[in-house]
Amino acid sequence: MKWKTSVLAIPLAAAFAVAGLGAPQAQEPKRGGVLKFVVPDEPPSFDGHRETTFALIHPIAPFYSVLIRPDPQDPDNPAKFQCDICTEMPTATDGGKTFTFKIRQGLKFHDGTPLTSADVLATFQRIIFPKEGISSARQAQLSMVESVTAPDADTIVFKLKHPSGAFIPALAAPFHFIYSKAKLDADPRWYEQNVMGSGPFVFDVREAGARITGKRYDNYHHKGQPYLDGFEAIFAKTQTLRVQAIRGDQAAAEFRGLPPKSRDDLVAALGKDITVQESDWNCLLITSPNHERKPFDDARVRRALTLAVDRWGGAEALSKIAIVKTVGGIVFPNHPLAATKDELQKMAGYWPDIKKSRAEARRLLKEAGQENLKFTLANRAVDQPYTIVGTWLIDQWKQIGVEVTQKAEATGPFYAQLRSGNFDVALDFNCQSVVNPLSDTSKFLGTKAGDQYGRYTNPKIEAIHDKMNQTADVAEQRKLMREFERIVLDEEAHNSISLWWYRIIPHRSYMKGWKVSSSHYINNQLDVVWIDK
Amino acid sequence: MATETVSPGTIVEDIPRKPTLLGTIGSFCRGNPLGAFGGFIVVTMCVMAIFAPLLTSYDPTANDFGAMLAAPDWEHWLGTDQFGRDLLSRIIYGARTALLVGFVSSFIGCFLGLILGVTSAYFGGRFDLLFQRVMDVFMAFPLIILALAVVAIFGTGVTNVIIAITIPVIPRAARIVRASALAIREMPYVDAARANGFSNSRIIFRHMMPNVMAPFLIILTAQVGQAILIEASLSYLGLGVQEPVPAWGLMLRGGAQEYAESAPWVAIFPGLAITLAVFGFNLFGDSLRDWLDPKMKT
Repeated sequence: MKWKTSVLAIPLAAAFAVAGLGAPQAQEPKRGGVLKFVVPDEPPSFDGHRETTFALIHPIAPFYSVLIRPDPQDPDNPAKFQCDICTEMPTATDGGKTFTFKIRQGLKFHDGTPLTSADVLATFQRIIFPKEGISSARQAQLSMVESVTAPDADTIVFKLKHPSGAFIPALAAPFHFIYSKAKLDADPRWYEQNVMGSGPFVFDVREAGARITGKRYDNYHHKGQPYLDGFEAIFAKTQTLRVQAIRGDQAAAEFRGLPPKSRDDLVAALGKDITVQESDWNCLLITSPNHERKPFDDARVRRALTLAVDRWGGAEALSKIAIVKTVGGIVFPNHPLAATKDELQKMAGYWPDIKKSRAEARRLLKEAGQENLKFTLANRAVDQPYTIVGTWLIDQWKQIGVEVTQKAEATGPFYAQLRSGNFDVALDFNCQSVVNPLSDTSKFLGTKAGDQYGRYTNPKIEAIHDKMNQTADVAEQRKLMREFERIVLDEEAHNSISLWWYRIIPHRSYMKGWKVSSSHYINNQLDVVWIDK
Repeated sequence: MATETVSPGTIVEDIPRKPTLLGTIGSFCRGNPLGAFGGFIVVTMCVMAIFAPLLTSYDPTANDFGAMLAAPDWEHWLGTDQFGRDLLSRIIYGARTALLVGFVSSFIGCFLGLILGVTSAYFGGRFDLLFQRVMDVFMAFPLIILALAVVAIFGTGVTNVIIAITIPVIPRAARIVRASALAIREMPYVDAARANGFSNSRIIFRHMMPNVMAPFLIILTAQVGQAILIEASLSYLGLGVQEPVPAWGLMLRGGAQEYAESAPWVAIFPGLAITLAVFGFNLFGDSLRDWLDPKMKT
């Protein structure tokens, strides 16, 4: 497919250049139409502040505004955030500790009530300083915030404890829906069961187990938008069903990501009617040995497990059958804070010579008295990419004489098992939204992270992480990140990383204006999407 | 009174000889060619399962990314799957999983059903009435639904799948065995045993159970095929044995959805293996019933 595209592209580009036509002009968006898309799961609740799943974001984000967001046309640019309900991106004052946002005037919620800085304040108070009984999933990511105030009706001020490069990306998380203060005052949990925002679409219908629909909001604050008359999010749990829905034009897209084989089948079947957008994905699978269970309390055993895995050799093959592709460390690949290939190859598990690596793994196991190690890998019963990567890892560990059985369970029992500590080694994940390594890497902090199931504490890495978050100097951040990564993945091998995910979105070519990003959580408000039929 | 003496060496024509094992098998095959064919499939499966390491040179769990989704050829007779694993090897080793789950769950389930069915028939009365209603409750659920419920409670894995299949087999076996045992209970030798003061357990185990062996064997062979099918179904749904264990249902799960069009061999051969195995056990079980049932013989 790529070969064909490139072969065609050369003469076409030459022809345009000779004719002086240049690149085709961007099309003018057209208004009208209802966008149908499939969603693999239903939202557990409607509260974005509480939930962490795409199952909420995909059908619910179009109903809400946020304070700031990644640029929908350049969503992966770490320096390009744009205002949604604010007027312009602020410049930090007070030595990088104060951010003052001006809120657009004349904003209204879908019920007609005005949206002011009081609503923004109530929203972020709920996210950063939740009252007892209120669950806020991203409270830790905004832990650098000391206070939020609203000095007047169109101003909101964030004061930080210390300057932090992680603040703006954390603020731009797509889950930070702006809620109505009046609704929250009446019932702090009202938004768990109800939808009422100020986003591009107004909530229309929910049919449990089937679909959620939205209609265009005519008073949307981005003038002329949204272009669509409405959208229909159709729930389809099986991948086959979702692929067939796109193939049969019952849906234009699925925004989570499909495996390479589905992409190839759709391209083969639909030709020019399908467009494929791909991106590295801010998601990775983490192998978490249970440090409280023998022999995984021994760093030699943990190092042996990562040394056995041939990441460089497995990446190309696995990328053909699973939604994984890129070899990387703890930071999103190609980010300025990410390890280079040379830096990676110095760490256990990334050595270029796999024979040498596995010989060292066997030596370590022998030294630890674990030559005949057997254990169970706890995994999620989800094919893409969990059980596929799990099966590959088991084969890799077999190369050093370690016998592993896989226990794949549904998400609920799987996490119950992880929380109870009743497992040997687990295959956990770390999926984030806006690429923000200073915050995203908090998963590796051990027990302090809250969502790390390896059951370890390491004051040394906690100190490095704190220091890294309190410096604005990128060179210093990078240096500290390398040290943090070396301890987590090599010296202590608290966790090991398989491969970074790879996002493949085949969508109907008539769906325009949508850009793939490194996260299946971002760019789902649909205000810039239009249909060209 | 006149007596007849038989001198040594005289052949007595009218005393039937005890048939040999080979003779019995030959008689069964001649009388039931379809059953013989089913038996052949069953024996082939058993041979595959026992001698698996001698029949293939490939490790059924070893990944070979240089041979991903290779079409059938001389090197890989049935092709390879998405991990480059040899399908023939996985099908041969998969027979072990199928037979292990099939035989163990059927044998335990039918044996428990045998004990419960005969006991229920022997005691009769309220005990039988209550016990049969409990069996009715279990039998109200389709086999696969009950197995799914059990797996949901106990979790996945070979042992739990065996438990999941065993539980629904028990009432079915008990019901069939009880029907035969009700007739046996009325036999004079059972009355005689009672009159001699034998214990209930002795009468059940020594005098009644051996006489319901025919229906027991029939239900046993029929259930093995069913158990293989349920194991494959559970594995296909991701609730049975787990990767990388070679199991036919699991192989279908990995291949049927994504590769049915581009690499159909990934789905076709495990599907054929399941079909043949169930077909073989069913044919064999049906013929065994005909052969053991005196009414069918007349």
